[in-house]
Amino acid sequence: MNGIGVFVCHCGSNIAATVDVKKVVEMAKLEPGVVHAEEYQYMCSEAGQERIAKAIREKNLSGVVVCSCSPRMHETTFRKCAEKAGLNPYMVEIANLREQCSWVHKDINEGTEKAVILTRAAIAKVSLNTSLVAGESGVTKRALVIGGGIAGIQTALDIADAGYEVDIVEKTPSIGGKMAQLDKTFPTLDCSACILTPKMVDAAAHEKINIYSYSEVEKVSGFVGDFTVDIRKKARYVDMNKCTGCGACMEKCPSKKALSEFNSGLSNRPAIYTPFAQAIPNVPVIDPSQCLKLKNDKCGLCARVCQAGAIDYKQEDEIVTRKYGAIVVATGFEVIKLDNYDEYAYSQSKDVITSLELERIMNAAGPTKGHLERLSDGKAPKNIVFIQCVGSRCADNKGKSYCSKICCMYTAKHAILIRDKYPDVNVTVFYIDVRTPGKNFDEFYRRAVEEYGVNYVKGQVGKVTPEPNGKLTVHGVDLLDNKQLKVEADMVVLAAAIEPSPEVRSIATMLTASIDTNNFITEAHPKLRPVESPTAGVFLSGVCQGPKDIPETVSQAGAAAVKVIGLLAKDKLLTNPCTAKADELLCNGCSACANVCPYGAISYEDKLINDHGIKKTHRVAVVNSALCQGCGACTVACPSGVMDLQGFSNRQIIAEVDAICR
Amino acid sequence: MSINQEFKPKIVAFCCNWCSYAGADLAGGSRLSYPADVKIIRVPCSCRVNPMFILRAFERGADGVIICGCHPGDCHYSTGNYYARRRMTLLFSMLDYLGIERERTRVEWVSAAEGVKFSTTMNEFVSAVRELGPNRRLGDLRCKD
Repeated sequence: MNGIGVFVCHCGSNIAATVDVKKVVEMAKLEPGVVHAEEYQYMCSEAGQERIAKAIREKNLSGVVVCSCSPRMHETTFRKCAEKAGLNPYMVEIANLREQCSWVHKDINEGTEKAVILTRAAIAKVSLNTSLVAGESGVTKRALVIGGGIAGIQTALDIADAGYEVDIVEKTPSIGGKMAQLDKTFPTLDCSACILTPKMVDAAAHEKINIYSYSEVEKVSGFVGDFTVDIRKKARYVDMNKCTGCGACMEKCPSKKALSEFNSGLSNRPAIYTPFAQAIPNVPVIDPSQCLKLKNDKCGLCARVCQAGAIDYKQEDEIVTRKYGAIVVATGFEVIKLDNYDEYAYSQSKDVITSLELERIMNAAGPTKGHLERLSDGKAPKNIVFIQCVGSRCADNKGKSYCSKICCMYTAKHAILIRDKYPDVNVTVFYIDVRTPGKNFDEFYRRAVEEYGVNYVKGQVGKVTPEPNGKLTVHGVDLLDNKQLKVEADMVVLAAAIEPSPEVRSIATMLTASIDTNNFITEAHPKLRPVESPTAGVFLSGVCQGPKDIPETVSQAGAAAVKVIGLLAKDKLLTNPCTAKADELLCNGCSACANVCPYGAISYEDKLINDHGIKKTHRVAVVNSALCQGCGACTVACPSGVMDLQGFSNRQIIAEVDAICR
Repeated sequence: MSINQEFKPKIVAFCCNWCSYAGADLAGGSRLSYPADVKIIRVPCSCRVNPMFILRAFERGADGVIICGCHPGDCHYSTGNYYARRRMTLLFSMLDYLGIERERTRVEWVSAAEGVKFSTTMNEFVSAVRELGPNRRLGDLRCKD
């Protein structure tokens, strides 16, 4: 191809500091087909783009290479720029001179040499580019939100308020999530239920929102604008349409030994239950592992007391298949298991509890009706020790490497609430650092220290030992005074780390969204696209993306909703034109390609082929470009090498290899 | 071993767009350096890497070829990296037979969040190839008389 233009960006000093850009321009000019090469401070700026456009128009360029930052950053920018200047947008290639060259190499000679080679490879590739035209696909105007905690509820409300239909899929019997379990929220000390339940009611009452509670996403297929999702509605054994939520069944149920999930296992619940009094939907479910009727066909009391006749022991799981244009992941978090932290005696003493358990103890609807008491003997504690960073900020593999972010603040909250209600209780907090970035957060923490006299000790705890007299001894260290400490406590509260829900792995796999080493879902760009996953049409809300508190979760939920609305507002989406294509002349229809296609995009047709004047009909592979996502698996599977991927063709990649190894 | 110190190997790295290429970008953003000998070719998925590309690289004088994809189970296209893994296992054992040492070829899983892993992998790989010294070129017998 003749007529290639090369545009080398300085990116301020980001590239220019370790790459001699003038040398790159000089070397580029020597490459075959290059008719124009120039450098500029910021190619992505308006003036930079104008230079590209001008060169395309004046020199009638047929291909453009921009040597700049990663194509993941500005490929779209430069493609749009080329399109405006009258060049097919797919005639643009990017040489990644910033992320993969100047930023990782310190020596200017090495950097320049590599930059020249990368530019050469991009020139070699672009000279084989062909004009591609993006196709169009429709948009199903409905969104799916996976997870019904505060993140999911807020996202659904915001999308629904814009006029689009939303389904929430929640695995537990009620929406509400972790926030429903909290007693008070920092730093305002609002009652958590008082601010959450109205939102739950709003979601349930919204004409555009449909809640699938006690349901799980089973299968996802399709792509942005046109996802098909199978939802498993688990058998409730209670008819949602008939149940009036009177609660008689729960009262009469004789099997009351199951541990209440809502009360963090600190109290019991019946086999037929709603998680909590304000549950939405207010329809109980029967736990088949506990129900005497379902286990050994005895009892049946709930069916007898149900006036509405809603109990149905024969109910089975139901699969609902629905179409969606966009999917929001809002799967939230769990508190880590403390099996690795035996030194804190969590499994040995009932009086060593997690902060979430304390939250339930402090709550008026909790297992102790809101009275602060020891779970072992019901006595009021006099000395309470809080241990921070249990499983967070671990340098070894024992816990999580990250900061769980919310613990410093909720511990300050617990300390304040306890000191306020029980002024004679002594509260000690062992911490590594107190981290309080947030509006009114540090003021809140200081109130705990200054106004409420909470004893903050900088240092870690090595061990908690239960004593024969029922007390606990906390062996810690005070780093500021540089001395060992032994603190006698009646109760020890562990600020256990939070981690993404265990389901997130399978959900991410279904959505082909990537997750990081800590199982948090990766965002498309850590700074600029924090609520989108790299998979088009999949958005992130709440802790599934990283630890956050309630205000942050709510703002992210709103941001995710805006992205969904922006997508659903479109009638047509442009599809990726980099799809596979078979050379019909040489294809023998062997089916090797269809066997490896994950999308079922390849079918076979008998076609009349004109082979240099000889016309004959034979079976050839036909790629449905709307289904093809351009992975290229088929191109390698093809034994005759006739299947090729547009935009990443065999010739193009070989040209890159040759240029690099030249 | 002054020869190996000065020896600048030609390393071709095929990186899938969704995980490893993004991981390489993250290594860049985090300024985690690795030798400039590594040149990355972006492919949509590790399953796009045709064994032919690797043969071509060795034929043209590459000293090492590395293929990076998403972790098993995390492929953006569901199953692409499994194909890559199988194909490369086969190809690499054949290359070994042909005299291209196992240490010159590698498949690695690097996610978009693993900038550190990308950098350490490249450092390790390059030093392993440096140890081996320059590669013998593969000849294309088809073009011989």
